[in-house]
Amino acid sequence: MTSDLSAPPYAGSTTTAGRGKRPRPPFGVSTVSILAVIIALFSLIPLGYVVYMTAATGWDTAVELIFRPRVGELLLNTVLLMLITVPLCIFLGVGGAWLVERTRLSGHRIWAVLLAAPLAIPAFVNSYAWVSAVPSLEGLGSGVLIATLSYFPLVYIPAAATLSRLDPAIEQSAAALGLGNWRVFFRVVLPQLRIAMTGGALLVALHLLAEYGAFAMIRFDTFTTAIMIQFQSTFNGTAGNMLASVLVFFCLILLVVEVRGRGSARYARIGSGAQAKALRLPLHVYQVPAQLALLALTALAFGLPLFLVLRWVAAGGPAIWAAHEFLPALLATLGYGLAGAVVTTVVAFPMAFLAVRHPSWFSKSLELSNYVTSSLPGIVVGLAFVTVSIRVVPGIYQSTGVLVAAYVLLFLPRALVNLRAGLAQAPKELDEAAQALGKPPLQSFIRVTLRLTAPAAAGGAALVFLAIANELTATLLLSPNGTRTLATEFWSKSSEIDYAGAAPYALLMILLSAPMTYLLFQQSKKVAGQ
Amino acid sequence: MTEQAPSRLPEPRIAPSVEPSTNSHLQITDVTKNFGSQAVLKGVNLSVAKGGTTAIVGPSGSGKTTLLRLIAGFEHPATGSISLNGIKVAGDGVWLPAHKRHVGYVAQDGALFPHLTVGQNVAFGLDPAKLAGGRRAVAGRISELLEMVSLDPAMAKRRPHQLSGGQQQRVALARALAREPELMLLDEPFSALDAGLRVATRRAVAKVLNEAGVTTILVTHDQAEALSFADQVAVMRGGKLAQIGNPFVVYTRPADRATAEFLGDAVILDAWMEGSLATCSLGGIPVRRPPSQGRVQLMLRPEQIRIAEDGPIRGVVVDTDYFGPETTVRLKLAVPPELADGIDHRYPGGGEVITIRHWNASIARPGMELCLRVVGEAVAFPMDD
Repeated sequence: MTSDLSAPPYAGSTTTAGRGKRPRPPFGVSTVSILAVIIALFSLIPLGYVVYMTAATGWDTAVELIFRPRVGELLLNTVLLMLITVPLCIFLGVGGAWLVERTRLSGHRIWAVLLAAPLAIPAFVNSYAWVSAVPSLEGLGSGVLIATLSYFPLVYIPAAATLSRLDPAIEQSAAALGLGNWRVFFRVVLPQLRIAMTGGALLVALHLLAEYGAFAMIRFDTFTTAIMIQFQSTFNGTAGNMLASVLVFFCLILLVVEVRGRGSARYARIGSGAQAKALRLPLHVYQVPAQLALLALTALAFGLPLFLVLRWVAAGGPAIWAAHEFLPALLATLGYGLAGAVVTTVVAFPMAFLAVRHPSWFSKSLELSNYVTSSLPGIVVGLAFVTVSIRVVPGIYQSTGVLVAAYVLLFLPRALVNLRAGLAQAPKELDEAAQALGKPPLQSFIRVTLRLTAPAAAGGAALVFLAIANELTATLLLSPNGTRTLATEFWSKSSEIDYAGAAPYALLMILLSAPMTYLLFQQSKKVAGQ
Repeated sequence: MTEQAPSRLPEPRIAPSVEPSTNSHLQITDVTKNFGSQAVLKGVNLSVAKGGTTAIVGPSGSGKTTLLRLIAGFEHPATGSISLNGIKVAGDGVWLPAHKRHVGYVAQDGALFPHLTVGQNVAFGLDPAKLAGGRRAVAGRISELLEMVSLDPAMAKRRPHQLSGGQQQRVALARALAREPELMLLDEPFSALDAGLRVATRRAVAKVLNEAGVTTILVTHDQAEALSFADQVAVMRGGKLAQIGNPFVVYTRPADRATAEFLGDAVILDAWMEGSLATCSLGGIPVRRPPSQGRVQLMLRPEQIRIAEDGPIRGVVVDTDYFGPETTVRLKLAVPPELADGIDHRYPGGGEVITIRHWNASIARPGMELCLRVVGEAVAFPMDD
């Protein structure tokens, strides 16, 4: 230590520090809270729209519009679709995950990726591929087929992640208590998959409610397809709004059911010490049937659609790659994706910061409002923005800003989850250490917290970007006149039965989705361990 | 076994003091702090001398880390004030933020920046513009600091995750020392290390800080760590300082029973105080500054009770625990013979179960009767303490 410390560096600073100044983080908690509240209020626009429209319609008209045969028909279709598809997805997802993670399945590493791969094919592209091969596909059966093949990875991914991280000591304890392999699976392993199964099932059900393109293509009517038809024919008609109310009601019920189904038991590993490697059961004579079953599943869900898309690309020849059509759609998609990703990440930051650094009922309720909104179908968010922009600020209807705002609401949780994980890697102690080393709060925040959060923020932004690139419903409703994206262009061509013309757009969307699927797969493995 | 005549305890090296002194580096006056409706600090006064080492020790939730954070400038006191080198930095409308206090701070886990190398971590607080020689001088300073904390300068290129826990703490110390702070705050920096590494790292850190002449405050819940590290120990309990003093004094003459029991094993016996002599199941034991006469509670440390070859004080071995270097022996005390005839019934003599320590595991077996004697003075507490 040198002696020049005899004149303390703070000797003259006390007066300049300001009397009565409170210590504050770089962005005062109050500022962050205000921003988070504004964002939460903004995210409640779609829900507010539904409530307002229902109230404005009047009780009698609402009853008349809701309790009619057409709504009963849609209700039956939607309920049947969910009742068949969700259990099928759970069966395929959990079964696949168990084979891959807990048995001595040959090539389990490759199967682990292949079973997640169907997620890279947007459901409406999957539907297009099947319809182009079998034009007679339509109705509930076809809806179940396409939805199951498109969405079972939503159960598989969290189930596989949970299985790979479950503490084998629990299974060993059960075996030591006299339970055989199968009883261990049903009594110990399966109950621990409850969160993964209910979470995955909720995602499948929400996708079934929200999906437009896939079901429209096979002429299977759900609430979402009916709302779109109403919107296209009557533009903001009362009947469409009432259908949206029923759809939102459905979503809210699903959210409640999922929370109830999740239960309150603790599923994380308890205790310290290193975790042993997961146990794998020998398949013996079941090795070949297991391989064949997985082969059939991945062939139908991934191989066949990809093959059909490539066949249409080949059939179309060089003519379908006409740059004047193709490039504007690609550039528009990249532009919207980039803008949406950046805005969503920035908007998610205050909420993530509050949730990690100042967790409370307040931050939880703010977060909840975003999760509720993002679980609403794109068509409801789209309709809400159409209505609000026309009635409140007519100048912004069909502007880029409104479309990006809708993307923000739809995909905010993707950025939020990543940012939260990133901020958790940058505890406030590091910020404080930087301040104790003489760096002012803002500089500490930028050099430490922001720097450490950046990779996770980039990961979240990438997920948002790729989700926007494949978004169809809200884009159809809100994109500025004349704007064409990969999804809308694909939709317009496939609607005109120009399967070859639609193929390049389908292929590009699959290529864009592949990294997203991989990111989700990796991310879920990390989350399952926390 | 060597018999020694009972001796008086030595005088403390440093008199316990909370009074402001002209040599005071840090002065904390009547500081309170609340989190919501919960009062965490309830009027703390503490004075730390320049170049001294103070350990603030207390159970979890006693407020010791909050006190450290107030000194660092991470928290704001509700009332009271904090002065560094005689200049007020917090309280009475004054607030100097953490980055302007020039106080070194080492967190529990080191809080090394994971995205920076060891060298970049150490250099984080350095301003190349203010160093003669600029950036080149920074590299030299990094090597110098790493050597100071007994680390190879070649480690500067490593990442924090490539270091052991002890090495990380040393880097954190080097980083904090880089700005040449006059006051170093250590927030349980050794608690995450395993036992062997903890002692070695603690010694190394104490040596470095001592050589640098830095005033140091260590917060810990480990009594042994506090007693061995500091030349002043402040015992915190329930948001207040229960006792401040030299380690020997707070250990051998705790202010109250709770402090006595927190700082180590204590043998507590009912006793009768007359003048400066307390009579109990272990016979007559001298007490310095008895708080009252008549019935009191007497406190002895287990190591003050020795096994004798012969004598009137006896106990029967209940059980033993073997720990290698020492064996703890639980004994049921007999009624001293001079009291057995019922002459004096003013204290409940005999029958208490006490714990003593001995190096020889084979000396005691359950059921054996041992003769005992007491070395040194006891501490007496009022009965309602």
